[in-house]
Amino acid sequence: MAHDTLYASRPRRARRARRAAGPGPLRPLLRWDGAVGLALLLVALGAALLVDGFATAGNVRFLLLDAVAVALVALPMTLVVVTGEIDLSVASALGLCSAVMGRLWVAGLPLELIVVLAVALGAVLGAVNGLFVTAFALPSLAVTIGTLAAYRGLAFVVLGDDAVADFPFEWTDAVAGTLPGGAVPWAMLLTALLAVAFGVLLHGTPFGRGLYAMGNNAEAAAFAGIRVARAKFWLFVASGATSGLAGVFWTLRYASARADNGQGLELSVVAAVLLGGVSIFGGRGTLPGVFFGVLLLATLRNALQLADVPADTLDIVTGSLLIASVVVPNAIARARARPATGRAAPAGEPTAPPRQERPEREDTEDAPA
Amino acid sequence: MTAADAHSSPASPDARAAQNASPSPAPPASGAPPAGGRAPGPSGGRRGAARLGAARETGVLLALLLLVAGTTLANSRFLSAQSVKDILLGAAVMVVLAAGQTLVVVTRNIDLSVGSVLGLAAFATGKLFVAQPGAPLPLALLVGLALGAACGLLNGALIAAARVPALVITLGTLYVFRGLDHSWASGEQINAADMPHGFLDFGTATVLGVPVLALIAAAVLLAVGVFLGSYRTGRELYAIGSEPTAARLSGIRVGRRVFLAFVISGALAGLAGVLHAARFGTVDATVGTGMELQVVAAVVVGGVAIFGGSGTAYGAALGALLLTTIGSALTVLRVDPFWQQAVDGGLILAAICLDRVLALRGTRRARAKEAPHGA
Repeated sequence: MAHDTLYASRPRRARRARRAAGPGPLRPLLRWDGAVGLALLLVALGAALLVDGFATAGNVRFLLLDAVAVALVALPMTLVVVTGEIDLSVASALGLCSAVMGRLWVAGLPLELIVVLAVALGAVLGAVNGLFVTAFALPSLAVTIGTLAAYRGLAFVVLGDDAVADFPFEWTDAVAGTLPGGAVPWAMLLTALLAVAFGVLLHGTPFGRGLYAMGNNAEAAAFAGIRVARAKFWLFVASGATSGLAGVFWTLRYASARADNGQGLELSVVAAVLLGGVSIFGGRGTLPGVFFGVLLLATLRNALQLADVPADTLDIVTGSLLIASVVVPNAIARARARPATGRAAPAGEPTAPPRQERPEREDTEDAPA
Repeated sequence: MTAADAHSSPASPDARAAQNASPSPAPPASGAPPAGGRAPGPSGGRRGAARLGAARETGVLLALLLLVAGTTLANSRFLSAQSVKDILLGAAVMVVLAAGQTLVVVTRNIDLSVGSVLGLAAFATGKLFVAQPGAPLPLALLVGLALGAACGLLNGALIAAARVPALVITLGTLYVFRGLDHSWASGEQINAADMPHGFLDFGTATVLGVPVLALIAAAVLLAVGVFLGSYRTGRELYAIGSEPTAARLSGIRVGRRVFLAFVISGALAGLAGVLHAARFGTVDATVGTGMELQVVAAVVVGGVAIFGGSGTAYGAALGALLLTTIGSALTVLRVDPFWQQAVDGGLILAAICLDRVLALRGTRRARAKEAPHGA
């Protein structure tokens, strides 16, 4: 496999050479996350100019409120994917927490307690995933497909086809409330603060740097003294807990606890994370990129909705963006690598074990290795 | 016992394929020094896993028999002709999907878009019969197969060309195909009344008491099973799933084979869509939503390892039959039908844990056996 590493390292070398040539003012825009930020800016500008009613405080408020749940879940998901794992059960955990919340509210518990219990339940659901992945050493893809079905099934067992909608107005209003100005919801501000916390954790602490190391090579990271299993376990717990939090938000925002809340949300989350420049193979990606990715997807959906594009078409757009955000960087990297090596890479890698061959994604985080 | 016997034959070529990956006189393997260095461990484990694979299918069969026996004791109507026919009809669609999914999972990939492809094909069938009430049945089957193959072609092309995980691509196409289905249907529902009688009769017809749909599913299963077990291309799919790098170094065209697996999986999902339309008569854009989870559950429960490289289509079919029977048993035992999905999820988890334990034990046993020779 030595030759593979050799070929793969060419673009990286070229990049270092470019970097050595000088920073340049446009340098950040050439990074993937910078480009996503720029795309976000362009889409927002274009929508403001072309779509009636886009650039109003009320619409921006709705846009941001719609983005909160995806943004919350995408934060720990970024860290999980950086380690080379994935959590597909987030939307089902959200639904189960929402269903349990409804059931407890009907049972007459105070809402403060219910919120705490729902987040705790999310953490437990995440811990179950983490236990299967770390203690039993099972692939997270298979485990979380299993819990995706199991948690959603349990949500239906808890609440059936019912909807619990009689949550107090003070709570539902508070969740949708905004900062002065009426455009930025409190919830989005809190999400942004949480994003900063996760960003610092990922980019500014030894723990975070260790996540990149284990995403590049879990065995090497373990030999370097990083507690791989422990870190992954807690990431899954964090993923579950934020899913629980997102479930609480979702329930109060739509004033409705239902078992099918958030169904299919994992697509938007994974799409946003990959669009934000995180490599599905692990080891690369930045948190700001993911945050831009979430907002870009939300802005696109919102603008298209305002332009009377039917909801079904939006799924096509999200799905296509998800595909494009993994296909395009790989295609670019391979197109660049080919003339340098004079050898076309063999096509059609079976890719479920994510760490075997690592197609280059241009200009994202490199792990310290 | 017959099941165990039937599955031991595909198991032995599997072991052969694994041996070919290690340095041997076989010409394609000659240029594989990196794989050769690591071969003894995996190939020993593979042989152990193959042996246990047959045991695994027997286990699923036993679980199925126990379930049927237990449910029949609780409610004797469970084994009535009508109830058995219902189970076979329900399992027919799942078996066709599971056979296709087996081809993909064996190569260490996954196809999550099958539920959407099924929905698309089912709706296309409905549209076909609304537009051409006299359309012959084979045409409907061909349309379903072709539409599914086209979807699989897109999946396979993206995966083979871009070399990104099938999981991401098929998660994307899951929503793209479903979105296409929705915008095509735009809320329309095609009812049984709009379908020609000939087509609906096809959905309920029986031969000697066995539904025709189940016979079609059995034929598909047999074809896929023989293809995987006895044909060179089929064996290569196992080699790819066992160790992609070794497979490539031994001259297997990995990209083409994976592409082929996705095209067949898509085509079979399309066929399943036609069968689904024939069985229920009523189709709208939501048909088959979430079915990909049941299929993955069936395949994994049936002993097709999610890590690729082992398992048979027959096992996957048994898994599909088990899951369908559990669904019927829940209804007969008056358990809340909402439990069905939770049970599916629990079975996936149990199955992958069991695979892990069996694989570990198999590897350990094989190592212990090979150690004296190795030294």
